[in-house]
Amino acid sequence: MSFDRTREKLSILADAAKYDVSCASSGGKRANQNKGLGNNTGMGICHSYTEDGRCVSLLKILLTNHCIYDCAYCVTRKSNDIKRAAFKIQEVVDLTINFYRRNYIEGLFLSSGIFKNADYTMERLVSVAKKLRLEENFNGYIHLKSIPGASDELMREAGLYADRLSVNIEIPTVSGLKLLAPDKKHEDFIKPMKKVKNEIIQYKAERKIIKSTPRYAPAGQSTQMIIGATGESDRDIMYSATYYYKKFDMRRVYYSGYVPVLADDRLPSLGTEVPMLRENRLYQTDWLLRFYGFSVNEILNESHKNLELDIDPKLSWALRNLHLFPIDINRADKRMIARVPGIGMQSVYKIEQARKFRNLDWSHLKAIGIALNRAQYFITCNSKDFYTKDLSAVALKNIVLKNSNSKYKKHFNQQLSLFS
Amino acid sequence: MNPQTILIYDGTFDGFLSCVFMVYDQKLSDPIIRKHYQTNNQLFTIAEDIITQKNQARRVWNGFKLKTTSSEQRDFFKAFLSEIKGVENTLLNYMRTVFMKESNKNIDFSNKDILKISQVARMVGREKHRMEAFVRFQLTKDNIYVATVSPDFNVLPLIIDHFKDRYADQKWLIFDTTRKYGIFYDLDTPEIITFEDLKGINTKTIKDSYSDQEVNFQKLWNSYYKNVTITSRKNKKLHLQHLPKRYWKYLTEKNTI
Repeated sequence: MSFDRTREKLSILADAAKYDVSCASSGGKRANQNKGLGNNTGMGICHSYTEDGRCVSLLKILLTNHCIYDCAYCVTRKSNDIKRAAFKIQEVVDLTINFYRRNYIEGLFLSSGIFKNADYTMERLVSVAKKLRLEENFNGYIHLKSIPGASDELMREAGLYADRLSVNIEIPTVSGLKLLAPDKKHEDFIKPMKKVKNEIIQYKAERKIIKSTPRYAPAGQSTQMIIGATGESDRDIMYSATYYYKKFDMRRVYYSGYVPVLADDRLPSLGTEVPMLRENRLYQTDWLLRFYGFSVNEILNESHKNLELDIDPKLSWALRNLHLFPIDINRADKRMIARVPGIGMQSVYKIEQARKFRNLDWSHLKAIGIALNRAQYFITCNSKDFYTKDLSAVALKNIVLKNSNSKYKKHFNQQLSLFS
Repeated sequence: MNPQTILIYDGTFDGFLSCVFMVYDQKLSDPIIRKHYQTNNQLFTIAEDIITQKNQARRVWNGFKLKTTSSEQRDFFKAFLSEIKGVENTLLNYMRTVFMKESNKNIDFSNKDILKISQVARMVGREKHRMEAFVRFQLTKDNIYVATVSPDFNVLPLIIDHFKDRYADQKWLIFDTTRKYGIFYDLDTPEIITFEDLKGINTKTIKDSYSDQEVNFQKLWNSYYKNVTITSRKNKKLHLQHLPKRYWKYLTEKNTI
């Protein structure tokens, strides 16, 4: 291949793909077959990190950035005046293999602008994956984008070669989608998700009977939402995330703070700051829902439509539920310990194990590694010395904030809270 | 007061286990175990050289295995590989606790030795994971994918399986420039190797024997790396936290070609 031309294409098509935040290479196990190339242990590896601090795990590129759609939020939209390029199938295969052999990447994440129509595009994505698996005996990770509107037959084939499939819902609300992507319909996004979910269930069932049944998308499916493009509330976002987790067995929902790339009256203006802190709080909420046993309406509901930015969502929940605390670390139920601000799941496990040997005191808890600056107000342990003052939620919040050193502290002025 | 005994061993895991055997055999109460290249600057001590004996080591290890889970055994080995000064004594204390207890599935994280070992094992585990991530192979003329590393801990023994399973169809060599040994896989079994020239190989010797297209692929990778950064989200602190500068020297994308 001509390296200069390939290099130019790679620059354009990597640049266009970078707003897709998903870079997971975990969750799908695939062994190295017949002394071939690559494997996937189920644990992802970040091979490098960009200067914005994100993981580089996969070769994440578009097959092409030619597109027939004109979605306002998208950098490759039809009416945007940018350089366009397209990879040949073999070029993508060669890049993937050669990068993989040098241990640069875990695999390929291939997406594409829509050229001609959905089926034509999907077919080419699938043939890259097929070539990698069948001709190169490649067992690394492959993530394909499902193209909304692609035929069922192609979607089935895609899942047989890919580890993960995803469709990005992008705009969390139906009304927002209508405003920003008038050519797209909400159903078009839902259809491939449903298809993938059903195929996974079907293949799993068949595998129980016939062992040699191939696995369908072993790393499941994921989706992504843009945050802060259409004025939606955190509640809207997390409720739709919960909907996708439950309804389509999503492995992950990603939240991507909107990066203003285009001037458009319907969108935040160029130069608007990316809502990174809000994004962070949404991810924390996502974790609370998936690993800490919270349900979404405990954290966000009619009276709390948005997450507090200055404190994390678990602390925020605890402050609203002070009547449940303090709890005794040496006796309390595991699920309740997981709800204490400043205690993560690793610490929950260690506490649970250690308290079988002796009653734990503050020094034990500190050594185990819990964040006492938050936790101390919510727990008692084997010590007479614990926080006894009966403070209001607001007062307690101020104490915690004053004694903590959040990297986001500069965004908040303590003085202002007097007047708010 | 009796002078304290110092057991000196060759730095291998079996050597360390032989020391443990000696501690029990001679009923030593309060010995210090250290590697032969660490200097002794204590007064009133008796130094004793321990010769590595495989059968003794195996007896100790088998005894340890009976009373622990496989993840505890892994953590123990990882903590040993940390090469942190004095880690041998923490490990010895831990072994004594283990040999005393009734077999029990719970782990006492309120015991300081156990907690320390689990924390050190985590550090070593992180370094192992980093090596799996940050190894950058370069293809040489004789068709071997070569990489140099200099990990904080001696983690090469831990990453062999990962690379063997993954790159089953290519010859590769990973060389630890600090500890002067490497692992070479010749499509059959991975083997530990050292070079006659004690320095082994380095960035320059590899560069001199690049295959034809090596530089091109490195350039492609670097331009990919450059283009995936979102400039409006730049976050240097986070970047360095994930990718500390000491690892940069062997990363293709952090060096101009």
